[in-house]
Parts: sequence; C-alpha cells; structure tokens
Amino acid sequence: MAPPKHRRPGFSRKAQYSLFATYVVAIAGTIVAALLLAISVADPAGFSALRAAGAEITAPVARVFSNVRGSAQNMNATVAAYVRAGSKNAALEKEAEANRKKLIEAQALRVENARLRGLLKLSEEGESQVSVGRLISSTSSSTRRVATLSIGRNFGVERAQPVRGPSGLIGRVIETGPTTARILLVTDAENLVPVMRATDGLPAFSAGLGNGTVLIKPLNLGESPFKVGDIIVTSGNGGLYPPNIPFARVIKKTSDGALALPYADPGNTPYAVVMRPYQGEARAAQQAAVPDGETREIAE
Amino acid sequence: MKIPVTAILTPTRPAREYESRFDREQSLLKMLAIPITSVVVASMITALPIFTEVPLLPPLGLLMFLSWRLMRPRLLPVWSGVPFGLMDDLFSGQPFGSAGLLWSLAMLSIEIIDARAIWRDHLQDWLIAAILIAGVLSGGLWIAGMAHAAPEPAVLIPQIILSILLYPLAVRICARLDSWRLAT
Repeated sequence: MAPPKHRRPGFSRKAQYSLFATYVVAIAGTIVAALLLAISVADPAGFSALRAAGAEITAPVARVFSNVRGSAQNMNATVAAYVRAGSKNAALEKEAEANRKKLIEAQALRVENARLRGLLKLSEEGESQVSVGRLISSTSSSTRRVATLSIGRNFGVERAQPVRGPSGLIGRVIETGPTTARILLVTDAENLVPVMRATDGLPAFSAGLGNGTVLIKPLNLGESPFKVGDIIVTSGNGGLYPPNIPFARVIKKTSDGALALPYADPGNTPYAVVMRPYQGEARAAQQAAVPDGETREIAE
Repeated sequence: MKIPVTAILTPTRPAREYESRFDREQSLLKMLAIPITSVVVASMITALPIFTEVPLLPPLGLLMFLSWRLMRPRLLPVWSGVPFGLMDDLFSGQPFGSAGLLWSLAMLSIEIIDARAIWRDHLQDWLIAAILIAGVLSGGLWIAGMAHAAPEPAVLIPQIILSILLYPLAVRICARLDSWRLAT
C-alpha cells in the first residue's frame, strides 16, 4: 500500500515540532521502560502490587471461565463413567480386594508408628492446611510458569506457603493479592524442590525445565541411580515443603540424574490446597537471618 | 453504485433510518477506543484459565499491536509501544518493563523499516511481523533469564511458529474492527 506522508509534514512549524516530539517521547519512553525493567530485575518482588492489581481485575472473568471449564470436565467424566460402568466395576472390585489386605497392614503400621512417636516424644505440628482454592489462570504465553490461585490474603494465604493438589505438589506462593495469589509452579526453572525417592529415601533436588518436566538430581555425584518409573516424593528438607507429598514419576534416565513428570497437572487440578510451611518456626528464624532472594557472602 | 468500504457493514438501527444520511461524523470515542481496547483485551487473554506445559499461547496483545501498526501506519503514535507493553507486563508474568521495552523497540524498528521499504504488500508486512515476533519472544526469554532462572531457548520454537501463523488472522480481526471503527 502507499506509504503515509507523515515524514514531511509540510512547512508548518507546529506539525514539524509535534512530529519531532513524538520521536523524543518514544525514545524517552523506551529508556524509562528499560529503567523499570532494571528495577524489576534487581528486585523481582518490586512491582508485585501492580501485578496483583492486574490479577484482581481479571479474576472475576477467570473464575467464571474456570467454573465453566470445571463443569464441562465433570460432565465428560460422568458420561464416560456411564459408558464404561461394567468393566470399571469389575476392575474396581479386584482392586478393592487387593487393597483390603494392604489396609489392614497399614492399620497395624499406624498403631506402631503412634507408639514409636510416643516413645520419641515427637509432637505433630498444628493444622497444616491454610485454605483451599482453585487455579484460575496461568502465564501460558510467557516462559515463566506461574499460575493464579482463586484465593488470597482474604483466606490467610501468605508468601512462601506450599501448594498441593489432590495428586501432588503444585508449587509455592510467591505473591499475594487481596483475593488472588500467584503460585510458582514446580516446573518453573527457578523452583528448586528437595525431594527423595519414595522406595529408599535417596535424597535429590528437583529443578523445573520450563517444558512441563522436572530434572531430578541426586545429591551424590556419580552414575544416575534412577530407573524409569521411580516415584519421587518431597523430602521435607529445608522446612518449606512437607515431606511425603507425591511429586513426580521418572520418565527418562539421564547421565547424572533423571527427567520426571510431575503428578500435579495444573490444567487438570480440581482444587489446590495451600499449606503452612513445614517446620514454620525453624524456617521463620532462617528467613530472619537470610530472606528469600537474598544471598549473602560467607566471610571466610 | 460503488460503496465505500469504510461507510457500510454495520447494520443501521431503526432510529437512524430517519436521520440524515449525509455528512455524518464518525464517533471520536469509537475511533480511539477500539484500537486501544482491542490490544489491551488481547493482552488480558492470558488471564483466562488456559494451562499449558510449555509457553504455547501466542502473545495475542503483541499480535494485535503489530497488526494495527502495520495495517494502519499512522494510527498508533511512535511512543505507544511503552504504555501497551507495560499493560501487557501486568498479565504476562514477565518482569515488569520487559514488554514495555521490547514493544517500543519493535515500534521504532518498524519506523526505520518504513523509511527504507516504502511500498509494501501484505506478505512483506507478514515477514516484518514474523521477525519482530521472534525477536520479542526471544528477547522476553533473555530478560526473564536475567531476573530468574530461565529454560532452554528451544521451548520457544512452537510458540514462535504458532504466533507467526496467527498473524494474518490478527490482521483480519484488526481490519474488521477498523471498518467498524470508521463506520459513521
């Protein structure tokens, strides 16, 4: 198409100056944006109030769509259940028979566990659950894996609280707003979770890869001890995530660790439970010394 | 009779049948609000419950912004990349200021291209948009990597391809909105 004739606005001084001014404003604006960016890189939580405001504005619409989505999924599940009723019934009966035996064993173990805890004088920490919400959106166009939760400070959600779903660990809270909170998912490259292998407690770390999988790295150097199909659970180290939350299943062995697929799929999680940090007091003392996001040089 | 493109396409309300059909003014509010709202709303789409394992949802705000800019060159001022980008940053999850900077740089580079490649068709605009989309997305990854740990650049490839393929659709939507915008 023909180019617009705005580069030479004619002999009008006013037009010439205003054209020049738009370029000055554009370049000044770019510099301001770069400065804002430098501030937010230096202090990632700096503009959280603005982001929380954005999330609050869009939350009502997101809640409605989330409800619609939930009921559509329920409807699918209900219809599918009718279609597969017979075969499912047979499979479930077989499974119930197998579970009955395990249940009795578990009962015995629970009694024994309680007795041993009594001997050790271990006390359970208080109620571990803060509140239950739903994931209503995620940053699906950015490389960061952050989801928005439908509850915020109004339900007592605070920063650095772990979040889990019915099938496994989802992530932790990084920003809170009045009625929404932002959750850093375990698949984000920044999220490091202390984990262990469920069968033998082999300690490891999990780091997100940003593509829906996590990299499990054992603490010990050497050849990877993992096998495909290994179950990974949280270990409770560090005092943030409670232990024994189902975390991921190993899908591929690498030279020094393993690739694993998290159990909790944010797109398919009916609800998300916000929990208190495991060993909150110890963690609070540690946070007072070195807050999250701040590193300190250790004087030699 | 030849019908001017900008004058038709909205169904006339019954009341307007009795108004004069000559010398109607376009609504200034509509002319300004439609491009602005369409870009901002497209930026907000990411707040809907769409969950993806990799960044897959195209940056719809950026697509609308580039479409308006390339389709109607004088409509958006040169500095408009900054406010639109900062608005996008509120919803995208990127560090605040990242889109503000990148969209503004995209806008300035289109200005430079405008001075060089003067007569262009849709395919050339698509090529320009494709280069800018790839640049903005990889720039976004690089900026996110400065602030936080970031994934490998390869995770962006599907999103870049999808966004480039969606650009003609964004231009279509902009053209429809434009004819509504200019209708009297």
